[in-house]
Amino acid sequence: MNNYSILLLSTILVPLIVAVVLLGFSKLPKGITQFLATLGFCFPALGALILWINFHPVDATGYDYLMSLPTGLEGLGITLHLGLNGISAPLYFLAGIVGLAAGIYAMQSGAERLQQYLMLILFMQAGLMGVFASVDVFFFYFFHELALIPTFICIGVWGGRDRQSAAMEMTIYLTLGAMLSLLGLLAIYFQTDAEAFNMIALKKAVATSPIGGESQNIIFGLLLFGFGILVSLFPFHSWAPRGYAAAPTSIAMLHAGVLKKFGLYGFIQVALPLVPLGAYHWSSFLAWMALGSVLIIGLITIAQRDLKMMVGFSSVMHMGYCFLGIACLSVLGAAGVIITMVAHGLTVALLFLLGHVVYRRTDTYDMDDMGGLVKQTPALAAIFSAAVLASIGLPGPGLLNFFGEFTVFTALWDFSRTFTAIAVLGMIISAIYGLRAIGRIFFGSSSKALEAHLKENSIKDISTAEKIPALILLVTLVVIGLWPRLMTDDLHRTLDANFKTIDAKLAQLSVEVDEPVLEVALSSEPVIE
Amino acid sequence: MNWEFHQNVADSNQWSAILPEIGLVVLALSLLLLDMFGGSKGRELVGKVSVFGQLVLLLLGFTVLRNNLGVINQETFAGMLFHSEFGQVMRIFFLVSSVLVSYLGSIFLRKNQLPGTEFYAILLLVTAGLMLLAQSNHFVMLFVALETVTVGFYVLVSYNRDRSNGLEAGLKYLIMGGFSTAILLMGIVLLFGIASSPDLKGMSLHAMKFSDLHVFLQLNSDNLVARTGVLLVIAGVAFKIGSVPFQIWIPDVYQGAPTPVTAALAVSSKAGGFAVLIALVSGPFKPMADLLVPVLSLMAIVTILFGNIAALTQRNVKRLMGLSGVSHAGYLLMGVVAMFSVPSAQNAVVFYLITYLLASFAVFGVMAHLSEKGKDDVQELSDYQDMLKESPFLSGVLVMGLGSLAGIPPLAGFIGKLLLFYAAFKAELYGLLGVAIVGVVISIYYYFGWIKEATFRFWKLPVLDGEEAEPPREWPEVTTLGKFTLGALALLTLLLGLYQGPLSSLIGD
Repeated sequence: MNNYSILLLSTILVPLIVAVVLLGFSKLPKGITQFLATLGFCFPALGALILWINFHPVDATGYDYLMSLPTGLEGLGITLHLGLNGISAPLYFLAGIVGLAAGIYAMQSGAERLQQYLMLILFMQAGLMGVFASVDVFFFYFFHELALIPTFICIGVWGGRDRQSAAMEMTIYLTLGAMLSLLGLLAIYFQTDAEAFNMIALKKAVATSPIGGESQNIIFGLLLFGFGILVSLFPFHSWAPRGYAAAPTSIAMLHAGVLKKFGLYGFIQVALPLVPLGAYHWSSFLAWMALGSVLIIGLITIAQRDLKMMVGFSSVMHMGYCFLGIACLSVLGAAGVIITMVAHGLTVALLFLLGHVVYRRTDTYDMDDMGGLVKQTPALAAIFSAAVLASIGLPGPGLLNFFGEFTVFTALWDFSRTFTAIAVLGMIISAIYGLRAIGRIFFGSSSKALEAHLKENSIKDISTAEKIPALILLVTLVVIGLWPRLMTDDLHRTLDANFKTIDAKLAQLSVEVDEPVLEVALSSEPVIE
Repeated sequence: MNWEFHQNVADSNQWSAILPEIGLVVLALSLLLLDMFGGSKGRELVGKVSVFGQLVLLLLGFTVLRNNLGVINQETFAGMLFHSEFGQVMRIFFLVSSVLVSYLGSIFLRKNQLPGTEFYAILLLVTAGLMLLAQSNHFVMLFVALETVTVGFYVLVSYNRDRSNGLEAGLKYLIMGGFSTAILLMGIVLLFGIASSPDLKGMSLHAMKFSDLHVFLQLNSDNLVARTGVLLVIAGVAFKIGSVPFQIWIPDVYQGAPTPVTAALAVSSKAGGFAVLIALVSGPFKPMADLLVPVLSLMAIVTILFGNIAALTQRNVKRLMGLSGVSHAGYLLMGVVAMFSVPSAQNAVVFYLITYLLASFAVFGVMAHLSEKGKDDVQELSDYQDMLKESPFLSGVLVMGLGSLAGIPPLAGFIGKLLLFYAAFKAELYGLLGVAIVGVVISIYYYFGWIKEATFRFWKLPVLDGEEAEPPREWPEVTTLGKFTLGALALLTLLLGLYQGPLSSLIGD
């Protein structure tokens, strides 16, 4: 354990401690609350930046900053085992940045009982940092759940329209998903003779004695439905748009931007390396569902009038690309997924934030009641357009999004050309709803409702306090977009190692068992070196 | 029957081994004396003396019982008692539970201005019964201890005699309790009769002793009478733990009984049932796995589903706790089933019971505080609205308790469920696991529904001109002692979810 490991641990502990302080001393002066919250949001972001820049895995595990603390569950092989590898480092950084933006935005949101609101967001932030910093599979799950509870409470207390039923629906759906994935993760642990419940030990155990083919199918099935529900895979997506529409802005940013990536991350970090045969077995089913996410949800997105619902549905749609990348079962596909996750996380958080900035000016999310806002708010219009262009994946602000989706499509080409042809239609669909949204909100003539609203209220352009979090997200997006090697070098190295063992395993199993299915798995093997 | 035999029997009467139980009985009797001779001042002191005395015994338990004066894993009282490590843990469990019930009782009695001496005294005797129950090694001992508990509860359930649903609850509990006792006794008699019949292998003159019965059942596991006896005994215990099909009394009795007694029924009585079940399953009934695994599995499945589905529509919090308690009995039964192939599953059950105790008392503690003076009927879910705004402390405790019961990380209940699932995985009970998962997901609806009532904003009819606003409800003041107790329960629930070090001997193989 070195200083960097301690920094890794403290990016989780600092927000947690600040949250506990805000919880324990219920009526702190406003200044102190603001100061503590700023500390709680800035520390993880800075820490994540430092750790990401210094990331140099040296040992064979591919992990850096490894550390482990016993918490009492050693009897089950569980310790608080932290570390980063090429897959988790960029996502860990994403959690820090989106958390910072969401935190700053929450601080000036003027919410009632601000202290409690910030306290819950800080709990969530601690959970988010923990999810991607955990090497231990139990804590990986544990931190995800830690971040989920504040989501429920925040939606119920600070949420908007339909908050009660949306919060309940979301909680029940997500608990079902979490329980299924917990079963799947436990099943992996029991099917291997791993000495500990962490990713390194599991990979080591699987390398010597892989899990049997039939069990792999069942385990991957559990994980597919569990993670699928958590990531709002079509047709288990119905909680997501409603939940985001009802959620307060910062919560929607954190959940759609970061927490939802838990499932995809689980697929790439845990499921693919440990149960590759199961993944192969389910891959065509997964691809069909993902195609449904892209096309069907895409068309539904076009039909939305409510700005927040539109962003919510578009985030479900973009998850479809990620699932397509996973279904490819290749290094290229998985890398595309990670890049898309980072790009989408930043973009969707930015869109939710800007959506609320618009709402503050128009008092409505209904895009039919807007129009012509560019006259009053030119700067907002510019940033919003940049965000939408990024979401569509147009090079420029959306270089990273483009890069990610392009990588997924390239990988998909080897998986199935028909799928690629259909999936690319999604790009057009995003362009339709994205550009239409810009047009309906900012250009054209003002709607009657907006004119009536304008008579009573004067509308100001985006304020500096609102600009800061928006620019943090936008600049990060553009910088990584211009120089994606910041993440892709390490990502490639880790994925390559993972997929090498997968290939070896497939080959080994097919020699031993000589099942026809496995030969198919090998012959159609879409790995790109 | 010679001199030596009697000498041995007398030597086995190690009174020091049951010092805490003796202490409880002495305490109960001295409370009665204090009430009789202490005048009005003495009567006021009863509650304090009771809690204090129990705390002293608890300290004694923690320090002395650890080694149980050198009789750990030994039989005493001519084989009536067996001091297993599991029994020691359960003794402390019942004592802690009893202290907490006494504390809740003091709130309840103060609010209702009821005489308290009998309440405390009976509670102490019930606790002594439960502690002996957890160590019994002989069916006579088991029956006597179990009846001490049940008879005590008959009185406690209808302690609030002035209220009709209290009496209704008492009567229902009496009838159903008597019925189940009869079933249990019938089972014991059948087992005694068949196990001491001379023409069968392995017969014993001391057929009621667990170890002798174990030997007999091993040799005659397909004997029809023995099988019937085993099933009847299990049925009698099922009443205690509130498992289907003997759960029907639960909602009404929980609703009518005073809140502290409901808590005692939910925690102590259920845990007592599981203590017996674990002792039986790991001892005399172990050879009957081919019969009991399917029966208990079926019971667990139906119990989990019934408890959760029935709790879905409840608007009364006590009925909700009762029915959700039924589902918890189902999860625990899953652990008991796992014990047949994985003995360490017993630890998971004990751990789960401990988390269940902490979370339940947090919830019941909040309920006891909410009940208003002179009545005990603040029991509707809608009564919890605005709680976060009016009483953030109580709502915090409530959220911790309910979250833990629902099994949400990072609370202790999640670790409890994880350990049970872990045990079930090891025992390869995949079907049961699936049902348990479904149950957990259903339970989210009502537990979070309750949290929703307590914490979410609710839209209220605005007060129009000319209408009078409803007088604001009085929210209870929580005393320092109350804050300490409830805060400690909530905090322990959280800490045990984050760090299980102190109980690590219960975790793993």
